[in-house]
Amino acid sequence: MNRRRYHPALPYLLILPTLIFVLIFTVYPALSAGWSSLFEHRLNIPKFREPVFVGLEHYTDFAASEEFRLILGNTLLYAVILVPITVIAALFLALWLRKKRFAAFRIAVFHPAILPMVSAATIWMFFFTPDYGLFNRFLEFFGYRGPENWLSHPDLSLMALIIVAFWKDAGFYMIYYLAGVQSLPEDVFEALKLEGAGPVTTFFRFTLPLLRRTTLFVTTIAVIGAFRAVDHVFVMTQGGPSGRSTLLLYHLWQVRFESLNIGEASALTVVLVVLLLAFTISNFLLSERKGRDA
Amino acid sequence: MRNSDAKGAEIAAKQKNAGQDKSAAIKTVTAPIATPKAAKLQSALHKSAAIKTAADKTAVSHTVPQSKRTSPIGRPLPRPGALKPGRILAYTLALGFALLWSMPLIWSVIASLRPPNEPFARGHIWFGSALSLHSYIRAFNLAPFVLYFRNTVLLVLIILFFQLISSSLAGFAFAFYRFKGDRLLFTLILTQMMIPTTALLVPNFRTIRILGLYDSIWAIGLPFFGSAFGTFLLRQSFLGIPRDYGDAAEVDGCNWFMILRHVYIPMAKPALIAFAVSSINWHWNDLLWPLIVTQSTQSRPLTAGLARFTQLGEIGAQWDLMSAATLIVALPLLLLFLIFQKRFIEGYMNSGLK
Repeated sequence: MNRRRYHPALPYLLILPTLIFVLIFTVYPALSAGWSSLFEHRLNIPKFREPVFVGLEHYTDFAASEEFRLILGNTLLYAVILVPITVIAALFLALWLRKKRFAAFRIAVFHPAILPMVSAATIWMFFFTPDYGLFNRFLEFFGYRGPENWLSHPDLSLMALIIVAFWKDAGFYMIYYLAGVQSLPEDVFEALKLEGAGPVTTFFRFTLPLLRRTTLFVTTIAVIGAFRAVDHVFVMTQGGPSGRSTLLLYHLWQVRFESLNIGEASALTVVLVVLLLAFTISNFLLSERKGRDA
Repeated sequence: MRNSDAKGAEIAAKQKNAGQDKSAAIKTVTAPIATPKAAKLQSALHKSAAIKTAADKTAVSHTVPQSKRTSPIGRPLPRPGALKPGRILAYTLALGFALLWSMPLIWSVIASLRPPNEPFARGHIWFGSALSLHSYIRAFNLAPFVLYFRNTVLLVLIILFFQLISSSLAGFAFAFYRFKGDRLLFTLILTQMMIPTTALLVPNFRTIRILGLYDSIWAIGLPFFGSAFGTFLLRQSFLGIPRDYGDAAEVDGCNWFMILRHVYIPMAKPALIAFAVSSINWHWNDLLWPLIVTQSTQSRPLTAGLARFTQLGEIGAQWDLMSAATLIVALPLLLLFLIFQKRFIEGYMNSGLK
């Protein structure tokens, strides 16, 4: 079997194009952000036009900064609320609409995934408008009498972002679950029904464990999506009121392109990358362990 | 949450129903005649929902005379093909839900067709006094959407072209060859899936400036020419192709390119389509990175154009105009989706981990 009909360098040459782009635009920038974060480098202050070494000062500043804690809190809250509700909704939608006769309804649930977030957010701005916005009218129908100005309310602006992202992503993740659900062994479920297993037992003892890999995949892309979410912040709230809906990546953009503070923005990049890696890797490990127990 | 509770209960009820019908049907089959044919029918019942209904019909008409069409527990069996009330209810519920979910799109289409000078107010947010394309004409006059459209199409196609080449090559290498460090290199490439390129906008922006590409379509596309997702997806797909095919071609004197081109690529078509769909969707809709690396209308794509447009002072809360602009950006892809929706959805279904 060891006959070799190709040059030993061939496989390396084949992966070279992909590798070069990954090295230049992912690996190198992640490392260089770590290095740049050790400098004070501000384009709008002559003294710091050229980088000056400050060590870990940006990070110690973060630890003491009220603003940073607020933004980190916003980002974590956004992810912690959005990811579970979206993933659970996606699973139920997939189970509900899995039959062929519901295919047309699947399109309705999936289509927000095709819309650009800028478009979706622009439309939803109207929905959140006080007085005549459709979302408020809809809630009013169910007895809601709370504040109507979602986008400029300190507690509701982040919720508004979550609602839009939920609407946009649930149908998208549903597709992955649909693929998972359709690959489930149908006869096992028929047998379970005949054995008299209730739907709750069936769901928790069979459906959910069998969809474990799908759930891992969907939660991973949902978490990454939550940390890179920024478009609706631009369109709907610009992070307001007073930073209550500012997410980390939006803040990072502000620090870099509005305050022109490259050093601090690099430190924020490091924080974001660490968060992303921590969440995706722990999610993966957690699921692996559960898989072994099962 | 209340919504999903209701849904759960609904699913539960349906399953219970189905369960009853099923056991009833099987009893009718097995009780009167315990023949191999009945056993075969019963096993067929287990196969799938579609076959199930067909089997039900045959079972009923073969075993019980028309006059006594009741189940052993005395419950009348539904006439084959009749619409059960439960099914109608489920259908209505799903329809209501689908309409609710599509409300933003439905509203924006209607709002974009209002005639000029009819402001939105409470109770007056849908159709105006007539249908008019006025908002679209105004949107096209206020911003160069045709140019933006050209930029987006170019951008999406350039990225896809390079991604398909680089990902096919890398995916093929990782699937077909064993070489020193292959696992390490594969993992290294996969980091791109964990750390989205936009998160690294600060250093990447500098790289683009150093390369002298700022404010060009190449600046938007270049970071995405290598795709970890594409490499991963194609490797998975290539691994599913029996190795003998490639080996046989090799014995016949094919070089690597001929194997890839004539054996692997044709067999990985679903994965290629899946990847193309997600790549086009992704880059058509991306906002932040294009916003950062473009400055002039000459290189700005649709999304960045729309973001600028909504921030134009004079536009304010003119929802008819905003809706029109929004749809100009979203409609091309949405129409493609409606035409090829099966491809789209299957594409995404194929791109998940299985």
